[in-house]
Amino acid sequence: MSVRHALLALLSEGPKYGLQLGQEFEAGTGEVWPLNTGQVYTTLQRLERDGFVESDGTIDDGPQKDFRITDAGLDELHAWLHTPPDTSTPPRDELVIKVLVALRIPGVDAGELVQAHRRHVIEAMHQYTRLKEDAADHEIGLLLVADAEIFRLDAVVRWLDAADARIKRLPPPSETPASPVRLRARRKVGARR
Amino acid sequence: MSRSSDMSPALEMRQVSKSYGEGATIVEALIGVDLTVCAGELVAIMGPSGSGKSTLLTIAGTLEDFTSGEVTVLGEDTSQMSRNDRAALRRRSIGYVFQDFNLLAGLTAAENVSLPLELDGTRSKAARTTALAALDELGMAERADRFPDELSGGERQRVAIARSVVGDRQLLLADEPTGALDSVNGEGVMRLVRGACKRGVAGVIVTHDAQLASWADRVVFLRDGRVVDQTSPAAGPDSLLSPATSR
Repeated sequence: MSVRHALLALLSEGPKYGLQLGQEFEAGTGEVWPLNTGQVYTTLQRLERDGFVESDGTIDDGPQKDFRITDAGLDELHAWLHTPPDTSTPPRDELVIKVLVALRIPGVDAGELVQAHRRHVIEAMHQYTRLKEDAADHEIGLLLVADAEIFRLDAVVRWLDAADARIKRLPPPSETPASPVRLRARRKVGARR
Repeated sequence: MSRSSDMSPALEMRQVSKSYGEGATIVEALIGVDLTVCAGELVAIMGPSGSGKSTLLTIAGTLEDFTSGEVTVLGEDTSQMSRNDRAALRRRSIGYVFQDFNLLAGLTAAENVSLPLELDGTRSKAARTTALAALDELGMAERADRFPDELSGGERQRVAIARSVVGDRQLLLADEPTGALDSVNGEGVMRLVRGACKRGVAGVIVTHDAQLASWADRVVFLRDGRVVDQTSPAAGPDSLLSPATSR
């Protein structure tokens, strides 16, 4: 998530103090994504260095220092909005790695491991669903962020379901044929990371 | 009306097993299933196709016999009941919601909702009044005299939910109730189901959909006919906002 561009977006509404920016960021995402004040100021300093924001005060003004977006900052914000997210490199997913590792360790029941993770993920989804259930229709930031988390976690459960079904169909370990060709092909897909 | 303080079990299944066929061709659909659902509670049963979840629901709803174990619905041991008594229990106390709504095409929304009441002996006028109140609660009062084919998918499912909770139904059983709906309409349906549970209805949903299951207070995982796991009692949304989860 780009804190940098979120701050630019808030400043596009008008000049604001650092503290105010932190509060508005959290309120806008239903407080699901907390942001500490230190991170706000570090990001503002970088934005100022890059010419995307400016301020009149000095560093001694502390929380009262007023920040404004520059024309270059507005251009940067609009360019970012239209830039597609990077989907070219698959992330090295921790859960995928855990299941892959489980399959290689003798005595580990991969099916049971998959179920344990499925339970944890659904418990997390439950919390976001409750958050959504209690939210009013106008709390759009909270609703959108909760939806995003629920869809992301739902995809994890779907992958776990698919993994479960595949693992169930596996022949016993001694009958599993080695498949060096496929391994090489897969390595190529992930080569950029 | 608030029955949510009543935490007595609406459904209790003890060591319930169900098998089809015998000998070498025996299929064990459920094996020693224990499940308790209290008034006001919403429980999701999750499992892949063939895990026995629909069998569990039809047994809970007394629509199907079981091979061994005990099923108690609203305090009554169903195996001790006659067919007629079970049918009366279904008409009065149990509501069903299916993926394909199962509304009768020749009846209006209000008639679909009032039908179970009339079948149970309520006079037609009183049944209509109760049905209209149930539809009104789901925001469907103005569509009460429409036929199912004049309603959208979301509206049809609302009618089905109104029918499942009309009168004094205390156990709501749903099989993939949002399966045919988009996510916003599906969410609307789940809000209605949660609303019914908050008023004291006990709900059981079977699904393979994690988003749907996440509306439940508790998720029970079924696999090859056995309960293999369940989620721990719900943590509140506050735990999402703790520093430990901040990114």
